Amino acid sequence: MSEFFAMGGYGAYVWPCFGLTAIILILNIILPRARHAALRREIEAEWLEDAQ
Amino acid sequence: MSNWVWFHRLASPPSFYRTAGKLQWWFGVPAALLMAYGLYGGLVLAPADYQQGEAFRIIYVHVPSAWLSLFVYTSMAVAGGVALIWRMKLAEIYVTAAAPLGASFTALALVTGMLWGKPMWGTYWVWDARLTSELILLFLYLGVMALGGAWDDPRRGARAASVLAVVGVINVPIVHYSVEWWNSLHQGPTVTKFDQPSIAAEMLWPLLAMALGFTLYFAAVQCTRMRAALIDRDRDARWLKQAWGRA
Repeated sequence: MSEFFAMGGYGAYVWPCFGLTAIILILNIILPRARHAALRREIEAEWLEDAQ
Repeated sequence: MSNWVWFHRLASPPSFYRTAGKLQWWFGVPAALLMAYGLYGGLVLAPADYQQGEAFRIIYVHVPSAWLSLFVYTSMAVAGGVALIWRMKLAEIYVTAAAPLGASFTALALVTGMLWGKPMWGTYWVWDARLTSELILLFLYLGVMALGGAWDDPRRGARAASVLAVVGVINVPIVHYSVEWWNSLHQGPTVTKFDQPSIAAEMLWPLLAMALGFTLYFAAVQCTRMRAALIDRDRDARWLKQAWGRA
């Protein structure tokens, strides 16, 4: 197992590449979904105000 | 009966909003499965490279990121052309929604390339044609993002962004062919030589899975981003009240 993580001595280059890619890809899923949800809350609150 | 009926239907905000809401899952789930296989195949099943040892495994995130950096920009140029010629709102939204994703892939291609270059070439960076043109691609994405947000009227911003998307696409073939046109530390094409592939099958399949997985991932996230941009622009529209069951 530790041999796997050592990556033949290149672990310090290989793992940051995969880690950084994972972080960027996951953030690009979470942020737009959060933006859509926040916009929906905001817009529905505006409608409620207009209706009153 | 026009063959374009389906296109006009999809291009209308309510049906796009509904369809994209489903498509994000139809793209996203296969993307996750392909990437899971690609990671396992690339990190565990594929043998070490005879020259580069285990360091070659960076290819499984570097090449898909670089491919998407070019694919996303090309698609933005097409959408930008449609936005400028036909004033189609969804095409404008496509351009500004895709730019941050394209910038993310370009930044990943650059950083993973630097981390691959250090152990293999002995340097993080050289100002050769491939690396320099990819860096220019990042600046083009940032320019499209800046233009898209530079006006209070989002439609004016989107049109300015579309102009840069169309003009900047000249850089895409330069990035792609740079390793053939100029001397470079960067290696030539590996995957696109289908007649004479220079990569073993157990290395190639996970790479193709990652490339397809990244492409579907982009399609899924682009659906989400376009939906958010669409409701932001159409916040008072009747179709939106109907879509959310409030009318």
